[in-house]
Amino acid sequence: MLRRISSRRKAAKAQAPAFDESYYLASQWQLIWRKFRRHRLAIGSLLVIIALYSMALFSEFYAINDYQKRHVSFAKAPPHTIYFVDEAGDFSLRPFIYQMKQTLDMDTLQRNYSEVRDTKYPIRFFVRGEPYKILGLIDSDIHLMGVEAPGVFFPFGTDDLGRDVFSRTMHAARISLSIGFLGVIISFVLGCLFGGISGYFGGVVDLVIQRLIEFLISIPSIPLIIALAAALPPEWSSTQVYFGITIVLATVGWTTLARAVRGKLLELREADFVMAARISNMGDMDIIIKHLLPSFASFLIVVLSLSVPGMILAETALSFLQIGIRPPAVSWGVLLQDAQNIRSLSQSPWLLIPGLFVIVTVLAFNFLGDGLRDAADPYKQ
Amino acid sequence: MRNYVLQRLVYMVFLLWLVTVVTFIVIQLPPGDYLSTYISRLEQAGEDLTDEEVAALREQYGLNLPVYARYFKWFGQVLQGNLGFSYDWEKPVRDLIGERLALTFSIAILSAIFTYAVAIPIGIYSAVHQYSIGDYIFSFIGFIGMSIPNFMLALILLYVAWSEYGQNLTGLFSQEFQGAPWSWEKLIDMAKHLPIPIIVIGTGGTAGLIRVMRGTLLDELNKQYVITARSKGLGEVKLLFKYPVRVALNPIISSLAWLFPSLISGGTITAYVLGLPTAGPMLLRSLLTQDTFLTASLLMFVTILTVIGTTVSDILLVVVDPRIRMERAAS
Repeated sequence: MLRRISSRRKAAKAQAPAFDESYYLASQWQLIWRKFRRHRLAIGSLLVIIALYSMALFSEFYAINDYQKRHVSFAKAPPHTIYFVDEAGDFSLRPFIYQMKQTLDMDTLQRNYSEVRDTKYPIRFFVRGEPYKILGLIDSDIHLMGVEAPGVFFPFGTDDLGRDVFSRTMHAARISLSIGFLGVIISFVLGCLFGGISGYFGGVVDLVIQRLIEFLISIPSIPLIIALAAALPPEWSSTQVYFGITIVLATVGWTTLARAVRGKLLELREADFVMAARISNMGDMDIIIKHLLPSFASFLIVVLSLSVPGMILAETALSFLQIGIRPPAVSWGVLLQDAQNIRSLSQSPWLLIPGLFVIVTVLAFNFLGDGLRDAADPYKQ
Repeated sequence: MRNYVLQRLVYMVFLLWLVTVVTFIVIQLPPGDYLSTYISRLEQAGEDLTDEEVAALREQYGLNLPVYARYFKWFGQVLQGNLGFSYDWEKPVRDLIGERLALTFSIAILSAIFTYAVAIPIGIYSAVHQYSIGDYIFSFIGFIGMSIPNFMLALILLYVAWSEYGQNLTGLFSQEFQGAPWSWEKLIDMAKHLPIPIIVIGTGGTAGLIRVMRGTLLDELNKQYVITARSKGLGEVKLLFKYPVRVALNPIISSLAWLFPSLISGGTITAYVLGLPTAGPMLLRSLLTQDTFLTASLLMFVTILTVIGTTVSDILLVVVDPRIRMERAAS
């Protein structure tokens, strides 16, 4: 069975198109882009990530209702079913919903919802609704979706207090997605600093920093993060807590980055092309800018994109344990707090939907990082 | 070889000492010290303390000393086996944490076994059948496993068990065995509850290991010695398991060093969701109630056991791989 594989490989090599002249003239980044473009999964993931971040930036536009508004008569309402075919069997291209009516089961004191089938509420796009400011600057009241008053639309249902889970999920993307980014940037700075010092000086400094990193890696990160996060003063405002959590995540997470940076620096320093540049009497600065930085930058993008998911997962876990982001600020982890026990889960399973966004985000970053890693070294065949 | 083991052990002792320093820093971090928490507790209970009494207490706990002196005082007590008193549980910490730590580590070790038992065969299959449908399916499942937060997976499994089978799978023991002394029946009861936590905690690491196994094995399969062995007429299966697989197992063994801390980490949150009587939920509660000595002891022992696990995996790697053994012996 092994033979089959090697022969298949040879066949693939033979089929590879003869490289035209543009291949030899293309710059490193052009080559990276060419190789990356072939990785369909990574391209798809990049699009998903762009969509998610646009969702975070323009969450008010995507949201249907105000994310904090309590629709008292619709507490714990299940998601609306979206229809294309009505009672009479007529098909309409424009999707529509029926409104729900609440009834209280007097025995179990549970709220039950049933659809009122007499009026259709078509879902309209780009409707006017609650006013908001685009990026906090430009006034607007246009929302992606909505139904006409007095109808209400909850694509993901509502929580215990009757707040729209869909709009809350859109809004929570802001904190969940930015904390991953910010945390990675901070740990990247720390990682470059320590990794750089370690790789540059070598010797005793290198040894001490490497042992320190090894030690930090051997501490189970979640208990440490929990301990640090619990030390944030309870009187802090949401913004302070946000930055506090980011810094906690970064202080625990920089070690792997520092290791990667050091390893790559050492490898590059000894690389043949650096030697060649030095022999041809190129200045140190020129070598760093023209040769080291470009190969280093592509490597960094890979490492960074693979570090974001860890941060997002850690923030979600912290907020889920109620020691991360504190309400009224919302992140996906905060939203998942409502789904903590089996009772609320069995009554309203739709409260887990924000978790799907976490999974999709992390999955997309992993695929993207994978594709980037293949593309980052375009000269490797 | 003996030198290397000795060197690792000395280094481990040094690490263990570092653990106590970090733990002490964590104790000092929260705003206010544990005495003020204690005093406010007493006041809530209706007991008023005079200034002299507070001063005496400060003296007793060494809070009037500089930080390093306080560290050595605390360290001295820990060495004597005195871990302090839990105000929340009103018991000495030493009596509280033993069983929880034992359970935590049993679950972590079982999860590690689960991880290897799943990852190694799948990794081998994926490498040998590269780009086959099976390979793609396993890769995809692996990626999902890597991306789903532990606690989400736990919640989903709980929900499915509840809605489909009407089973409540939280906890590690059935009602009648909670707090009961250990017996054969209790052990069997625990075995019934174990699969869900082990699957949940093990899944995250499995995906990573499959990729490592697949990657290294693919590298090995293209090497000259494989071709030589085949040209000499060695059967495919024997060839595969006798040489490349053995080499590819090395990174798997060294992965134990990071797998173990991550299993403990993952276990913390999973245990909270599933209501397991392990160290994680207790740590969380102790942090929220500022039960300082309990926090410190839990954090310290979880880390100490992890450091020991890491050292064992380092030594194991040298035992298994002669190449590394030569290299280390030479340096």
